Amino acid sequence: MPAITRWFIKASLLYLVLALGLAIAQAAGLSIPGLSAVYFHLFLVGWVTQMIMGVGFWFFPKYNQQRPRGSEAAAWATFWLLNLGLLLRALAEPLFSGQAQPLWAWVLVASAAMQWLAGLLFVLNSWPRIKER
Amino acid sequence: MPRFSVWGIRLALLHFLLGITFGAVLLVNKAIPLHPSLWALLPLHVDFMLMGWIVQLVFGVAYWIFPRFRGEPKRGDPRLAWAALALLNLGVWLLAAASLAARPDWQLPARALQAAAALLLAASLWGRAKPTETGKALMDAAAR
Repeated sequence: MPAITRWFIKASLLYLVLALGLAIAQAAGLSIPGLSAVYFHLFLVGWVTQMIMGVGFWFFPKYNQQRPRGSEAAAWATFWLLNLGLLLRALAEPLFSGQAQPLWAWVLVASAAMQWLAGLLFVLNSWPRIKER
Repeated sequence: MPRFSVWGIRLALLHFLLGITFGAVLLVNKAIPLHPSLWALLPLHVDFMLMGWIVQLVFGVAYWIFPRFRGEPKRGDPRLAWAALALLNLGVWLLAAASLAARPDWQLPARALQAAAALLLAASLWGRAKPTETGKALMDAAAR
């Protein structure tokens, strides 16, 4: 299993724990505007999508003999952009929902851009590996 | 990777790209309101990510890696799988059209198409959720 896959999988496991911890906190009465959206995205982006990305990078058919997994640099960029973007959202969304300050609005815009770019890099890097033998 | 899985996984990647684009627009619109009509993208974002991305990817990968049958067709009747894929995509896009065209009456047929796809998907994969030939040989040896 390549190093980047281990990072994706371990990060995704941490997000699963984090998302369910947040679900417990909400069930126990923690009520902060914006928290439900954070929970859904920690679960579906942090856990599910990140697990798919990590396993896909490892498991999809080889790109070629020289670069069997496509671009490692693109995979690392995907990892950091996705996680930084998601964590910024988790921080900024409740703060912005409580008090709509421009700083938090721009953090949310940056978070959206980072996660979108991560997704684009993942698709571009995976696409040529999805092929018939 | 069989041709069916190439189509399923590539369609899943396209829906993922569209789904995250809608999501990014929605998040920006939440932070810096651009136009209220952009909220119509929310059901598309949810459905593209859940059905178009996750369900479709799982189907494409499962069709590829699940244990195969000994005889032909090794991956079961391909018509079932292709029909499931077609209905799933029709359902996702009809639901998207329902939201964009403000036609809630299209939601029921869209969901029906998706449910029919789920049935065909289950029928396509059901028999292949079985031990591999190696696994079967190991189980037989353990039983002896």
